Amino acid sequence: MASRARLVVLGAGLLLLVAVPPLAGALNQPFYVDLLRRVMIFAIAAVSLDLILGYGGMVSFGHAAYLGIGAYAVGVLMHHGIVSGWVQWPLAIAASALVALGIGAVSIRTSGVSFIMITLAFTQMLYYLGISIEEYGGDDGMRLAAKSQFAGLIDLGNPMAFYYLVLAVLGASLWIGHRVVNARFGMVIRAAKSNEARTRAIGFSTDRYKLTAFVIAGAMGGVAGALLVNQTEFLTPEFMHWTRSGEIMFMVILGGMGTLVGPVLGAVVFLLLEDALSAWTVHWQIILGPFLVLVVLFARRGLVGLLPGAGRDA
Amino acid sequence: MIWLFLVLEQFLNGLQLGVMLFLMAAGLTLVFGIMNLVNLAHGALYMVGAYLAVTFVQWTGSFPLGVVLALAGTLVVGIAVEVVALRTLYERDHLDQVLATFGLILFFNELVAILWGRSALYTSLPAWLSGHVQVLPGIRYPVYRALVILVGLAVAALLWLVVTRTRLGMLIRAGASNRTMVGALGVNVRLLYTVVFGCGAALAGLAGLMAGPIYTVQPGMGEEILIQVFVVIVIGGIGSIRGALVGAVIVGMVDTLGRAFLKPMLATVLSPSAADTAGPAFASMLIYMLMAAVLAFRPQGLFPARGI
Amino acid sequence: MLEPLLEVRGLTKRFGALLATDDIDLDVRAGETHAIIGPNGAGKTTLIGQLAGDLQPDAGRIRFAGEDITPFGVAARSRKGLARSFQITSVFREFTALDNVALAVQAHDGHSFRFWRPARREAALREPARALLAGLGLEARADVVAANLAHGEQRQLEIAMALATRPRLLLLDEPVAGMGAEESQRMIRLLTGLKGRQTIVLVEHDMDAVFTLADRVSVLVYGRIIATGTPEEIRGNAEVRRAYLGEDTRS
Repeated sequence: MASRARLVVLGAGLLLLVAVPPLAGALNQPFYVDLLRRVMIFAIAAVSLDLILGYGGMVSFGHAAYLGIGAYAVGVLMHHGIVSGWVQWPLAIAASALVALGIGAVSIRTSGVSFIMITLAFTQMLYYLGISIEEYGGDDGMRLAAKSQFAGLIDLGNPMAFYYLVLAVLGASLWIGHRVVNARFGMVIRAAKSNEARTRAIGFSTDRYKLTAFVIAGAMGGVAGALLVNQTEFLTPEFMHWTRSGEIMFMVILGGMGTLVGPVLGAVVFLLLEDALSAWTVHWQIILGPFLVLVVLFARRGLVGLLPGAGRDA
Repeated sequence: MIWLFLVLEQFLNGLQLGVMLFLMAAGLTLVFGIMNLVNLAHGALYMVGAYLAVTFVQWTGSFPLGVVLALAGTLVVGIAVEVVALRTLYERDHLDQVLATFGLILFFNELVAILWGRSALYTSLPAWLSGHVQVLPGIRYPVYRALVILVGLAVAALLWLVVTRTRLGMLIRAGASNRTMVGALGVNVRLLYTVVFGCGAALAGLAGLMAGPIYTVQPGMGEEILIQVFVVIVIGGIGSIRGALVGAVIVGMVDTLGRAFLKPMLATVLSPSAADTAGPAFASMLIYMLMAAVLAFRPQGLFPARGI
Repeated sequence: MLEPLLEVRGLTKRFGALLATDDIDLDVRAGETHAIIGPNGAGKTTLIGQLAGDLQPDAGRIRFAGEDITPFGVAARSRKGLARSFQITSVFREFTALDNVALAVQAHDGHSFRFWRPARREAALREPARALLAGLGLEARADVVAANLAHGEQRQLEIAMALATRPRLLLLDEPVAGMGAEESQRMIRLLTGLKGRQTIVLVEHDMDAVFTLADRVSVLVYGRIIATGTPEEIRGNAEVRRAYLGEDTRS
């Protein structure tokens, strides 16, 4: 149950996003369709991270891995001649979910700091794995032969169609996220974040719920990955680099964690900022780094936290 | 006989990597154990040590002098970072610490790129360090790497002495188990923290300056080794120096021996082309698989610490 | 003679050189209110920890309703009917009082792998939660965020949560700790109301509470139980007196 202000922001934001392609067409600036599509893809990734980070309190520094796996699933299948999106995308989701299950099963039993280090280590492991497999480009990466084909239903080669697909997926992610965090399952996750010992003491075996949340978030990350590789038409282990994880986490915090809407806002601001800064100087990270530190120190509740009525959990 | 030489050489290389991982892990685990601070920017100090070494050795023309200056420089940078940025993070939760220190990493990597450029730098070794030394009859090993091993082991011994035999070490161990009590006893906890962090920075700087001639010096080098250090700490047990040593040696050995011998070993059972792909791929994953295995049986690590 | 509801045999726990729990035997009968008292440092917290499942004993066995629960973790024991309250108030601070109790109800209402229906609109959870809060006089505070409740109200909330889990045994760790006189009295009245219907194991310092509530008392000193008996028997026990010399003299 988001506060009034948040719903207004969400509504306005979605309307704006819907309006972008016709506006961009009218102003003859197709670049913005591309840019905002990229923003929305990362917004989906950020929303998926928010499920486990903002609501579950699980500081997973390895979330980029799932984008990478989703992307590689599509890319590898495409490379071997399987062009149908109907086959690729479900497999991409299944692959990310499976890897999330594996990593989660090992890491969730560990304490807070260990969890951070372990998720980071496993992401890097996948990155190194990606680099060492020469067949799929190694560390140079690989071009995608074609976009995923959805015969007759939608042509991802059409920028506007692709854009609205991504928007629909983002909308669906937000809706699903909203239902999940307010359902019984979501309450357990949120309780575990609030007070793990208490959650166990009333009878919840928290590990299995946290693992499930981890898998769900991983699967959603896989969706974002499948979208991403179609967006960039290029496959690279860089998708899985741990600094990517840090960036997605930054988006969640910047926007406001534990709000679902916040991460979307965070993705928008972060990526637009990155775009603007990198046009200005090639050394934009030297500004972004301290900016992140300042946000953490002084604007902990994120942009959504600046809205009136902010105070209650979603 | 060749085989024996190869294995011994890789064994020593593994020890050398292990020793460097230990220096990094000891610093990180000390800081975490005492101040409960997760410091992702630890790798940045390693990088600073390496870059300062390259620069000072060039400026002074003397390897020993350059190295000492680099160590001092890293210590200064470390303390500056602690005072300016990290003090406020001690009371924050781990998520905040992770994000803030991540921001520091971005900052330092870019700063280094601005000052020194993005291409890799190389340190040239003075003549007296460039040769080989006879380890066993008929078996030679690079002098520099042998020196790294010796220095690392010496530091490990020194750390052990300090932590178990000196007043500072006692304070460190006491601080690790009960912060407020130590403060209540009138010890200047702030100063203690700065000293501990300084020690951690010095250890990282030492590892960095020693790394220069062996590994490439470039922006982002800190994070590559940092992740391996995380694996060491998870395997060894958080907060434990003993665990850091054992973990470091294990990880150093597994990684080095794996990279050297996994491909030829696989080639005996798989086709050469399959081994060509699978070998390096699995070799790069070995230490993480090891970590997963340890976690499956002992989630708290091999030597979980209560204190040090 | 009926088997005791909770049966502890040979429970031992060491922390390095410190023997915190020294070969403890303890029986708690169904329906009784059994207090555990002892001077500071006696090992009460360690004992509670092992009964609740936070700590694994080094040796010994705990049987609950005839079943060996020693290997079970905290959550499993709760599902078996062993509910606890914490010495330092431990609730879900960001959630309302009603949410807190509803969560406890939810924990014992089948599995929670339900992803769609909003939990806050499920009558099966909200109604019993409201009833429990009413039973403790907290119905007016149902929609107050737990962090904003008074200390005494938070302690009551913990009891409500414990009761929501349909317990067979209540393990209460210093339920009146940190309470003023009036709040203590209210809590004692509440617990008196539960006597007989619930089996209660009570760790307490407050002798008023102990002697009002307890059917039997066990005295813990240096990790060993030195005496078990009715409050009067314990009051008259010379060894107990010695152990408490200089401590609470109100009894």
